[in-house]
Amino acid sequence: MRHLIALCCCLFGLLSLPAFSAESPISKELLTELVDTKLSKLQPVVAKIEATSGEDALPLFNTLLAGKLYYVRATKDVVGQYTLDGDKRYQDVFTSQDVNGLDKPSFGSKEVKKIRVNNKLRVYLRKAIAGIQLTSKSPAVREDAVHALLAKLDKNTVEIIEELYPKEANKKVKEAMGLALALNVANDKAATVSSRLKAIETLSGSLENSVRNHLTKLTNDDNASVVKAANGALEKIAQRANRFAFIDQLFFGLSLGSVLLLASIGLAITFGVMGVINMAHGEMIMLGAYTTYVVQLLMPNHIDYSIWVAIPAAFMVSGLMGVLIERLVISRLHGRPLETLLATFGISLILQQLVRTIFSPLNRQVSTPSWMSGSWEINPVLSLTLNRLYILAFALLVFIILVAILRKTSLGLNVRAVSQNRNMAKAMGVKTHRVDAMTFGLGSGIAGVAGVALSQLTNVGPNLGQAYIIDSFMVVVFGGVGNLLGTLVAAFSLGIATKFLEPTTGAVLAAIIVLVFIILFIQKRPKGLFPQKGRAAE
Amino acid sequence: MTRLKEWFSSGRSTGKHTMPFVVILLAITFLASAANLYLPEDSALYVSTYTITLLGKYLCYAMLALAVDIIWGYCGILSLGHGAFFALGGYAMGMYLMRQIGDRGVYGHPTLPDFMVFLDWQELPWFWLGMDQFWFAMIMAVLVPGLLAFVFGWLAFRSRVTGVYLSIMTQALTYALLLAFFRNEMGFGGNNGLTDFKEIVGFDLQADSTRVSLFMITAFLLAIVFVISQRILSSRFGKVVLAIRDAESRSRFIGYRTDRYKVWLFVYSAVIAGIAGALYVPQVGIINPGEFSPINSIEMVIWVAVGGRGTLIGAVIGAILVNYAKTRFTAILPDAWLFALGAMFVFVTLYLPKGLMGIYAQLMAKRKTAKPQKSEESQA
Repeated sequence: MRHLIALCCCLFGLLSLPAFSAESPISKELLTELVDTKLSKLQPVVAKIEATSGEDALPLFNTLLAGKLYYVRATKDVVGQYTLDGDKRYQDVFTSQDVNGLDKPSFGSKEVKKIRVNNKLRVYLRKAIAGIQLTSKSPAVREDAVHALLAKLDKNTVEIIEELYPKEANKKVKEAMGLALALNVANDKAATVSSRLKAIETLSGSLENSVRNHLTKLTNDDNASVVKAANGALEKIAQRANRFAFIDQLFFGLSLGSVLLLASIGLAITFGVMGVINMAHGEMIMLGAYTTYVVQLLMPNHIDYSIWVAIPAAFMVSGLMGVLIERLVISRLHGRPLETLLATFGISLILQQLVRTIFSPLNRQVSTPSWMSGSWEINPVLSLTLNRLYILAFALLVFIILVAILRKTSLGLNVRAVSQNRNMAKAMGVKTHRVDAMTFGLGSGIAGVAGVALSQLTNVGPNLGQAYIIDSFMVVVFGGVGNLLGTLVAAFSLGIATKFLEPTTGAVLAAIIVLVFIILFIQKRPKGLFPQKGRAAE
Repeated sequence: MTRLKEWFSSGRSTGKHTMPFVVILLAITFLASAANLYLPEDSALYVSTYTITLLGKYLCYAMLALAVDIIWGYCGILSLGHGAFFALGGYAMGMYLMRQIGDRGVYGHPTLPDFMVFLDWQELPWFWLGMDQFWFAMIMAVLVPGLLAFVFGWLAFRSRVTGVYLSIMTQALTYALLLAFFRNEMGFGGNNGLTDFKEIVGFDLQADSTRVSLFMITAFLLAIVFVISQRILSSRFGKVVLAIRDAESRSRFIGYRTDRYKVWLFVYSAVIAGIAGALYVPQVGIINPGEFSPINSIEMVIWVAVGGRGTLIGAVIGAILVNYAKTRFTAILPDAWLFALGAMFVFVTLYLPKGLMGIYAQLMAKRKTAKPQKSEESQA
């Protein structure tokens, strides 16, 4: 029932769209005045609009400044011009909706008239826009406004900032304003040297590009002490920027580590804990990624939520496939690891070809939910992409859940019992076959979930799994078989090592160096970083 | 003659196929070669040069399968990286063939191969020096895989890396080499590899006679390698190798340095793979990093598994049969090949652990029990 109501609402929403006309935030009289007034006398009208409407007038001013503001001759309605597929069309300035409706032809060029602006008015408009933005209620808008002004400071804007600076309550905005003022003083040749030096000192704490440009200009200043101070400030900025570049690199390393962790954590269960080698593990990841693709195909209008459906779906698809493989093939090859390796490799070939036949050999496009795209800008030189950040958190979450399952649930207890001593566990009444199937299903399901995460970072194609299989085995072996924490440490250290090698060696050579390192490491310590303690001879 | 026969079939049961195998192999080789060279093209018995090259290719694969079987079937070491040794041997031959092009390349540079001119290199890298000499290149084709196998094996077997771990390590090895050879900076032609060969020791590679000769050389070398391997495996050394396969710790406790046996067997196997690679390249006319890809190495294992591991003849038969099937399949149903290959992996490991030779042995055993008198006669 609820769906039905929602659907009805949607339909009504759709129907009412073309007829929709927003109540203009600026009174019709003022807008008519704007249209009727001659260019030379326009400024007072603009000032009146600024005084009465404040922030609401911003879209109007911006359109006017860009020279895109028109009015319809017949109705004297103010409209903004924009181009769609090469056609000139007109939209409501405030709501950005096409005034005629997109399905109907737009006004001809004779039906509308441009509202012209001259340089004097432009200067006034810029100042007005800056003033409105700087006095905006939202601190974020104010901060953005100051940052935008840094690159093109002039007398007018400095005046506004100077006026607003003492009254500013938000710390971040105040800081940015201080920066702008300092920039002004530093550039001001009329100011005293000591005040300029002090301003440069303030500037050295900033990472803004425009600040750096100004400082670079200042290194050619007439005054020797200013030049020296500017150079010092630049050096200081460069040091800080380097520090943030290091953090950036670290983040990419952690991100790669999280991918490796996701790819190998299922393997850490099947190979590490159960001791079953599954060469089709990569294909479980691939199946998860394709499940994401299919889920998105099924709900094209809800991409943002599709991932919440895709995660359990991928877990089920890959997990069931894992159980199937375990029951049909692996359980019959018990205790023959090399044969298991070959048989599961055969399965991986079949799965790859299956996907190739069903979905075509080409890569499929999986879209990123809007809440996962974009990036988190910490400062001008350091911004972390959100999807990588989410995947990092997701990998850790999956890891914690897995550890909890193994430590706290009865399934985990059984798994550990079977992996430590199969016959004894059997004697104690553990249904080993069931536990085997469940464990394998769990490991494969986790691989499927990894596939959902990977589909957000890489291309989804039939070879997706193959690309990760060797890496995941390396991670598990490097960390120490049977040790989940070892897998975590191994994944992150390999990820970080690769990313720190990359700038000097290039991506491919970095991968080779890491591989060769692991090969040599395993020769030295065959049981990995964290060997399992036990009394088994071999 | 009897002594020769004895020599061939020494080691009793394992060697009983050696003599017939060598005879059949060489007979087929001679007949096919003669049919290509001396029969007119419209004759019903004519064997096309394409077929000859294809047969030569199969024989190279057979030799490679032999190399895999020697360590997997006889010593229980599953190498998923034998493609690396094969490709290294192939690259050594490819480098020689590349130098033989001389100034006939597209850019006409007297010493530098085309891809180096293209990359704007000024002189030959040091590892290309001497590769214009056939003997030197052939030494390299054997030495480089052997050396790599020695270093890898020495490190791995001494620290007792065994079983699945070793398999994964070998796979990582060939994967690392794959990545390395894809790089243009390595100086091996990068992505495209080495190709566009013109001649080998002065003979035109496109000529029928050269192709037939290469095929015959491959067959001879396969026969020689087969006999030598049979001798090695039925010697005292081979007995220890079998013991290591069946009970490594026990062999070690008895006092054998099992790691040394394994290293030398691994090196021997790698050298054979290198020779196979060197024979393969002039026949197919190209060598590229794709040969290093892990899937190639794992395909070799399935040849041996299909034929029957632990029997040299099985490896050869498996390689030829699977590759024949591949040729047919990829021509008729290109998409179905991977399904078939995958199914083969599963089916053989589940139901045919001893491969085709296992079926053969079962049939023989049945016949023996059915006609006990006759088998006694033949043994007498």
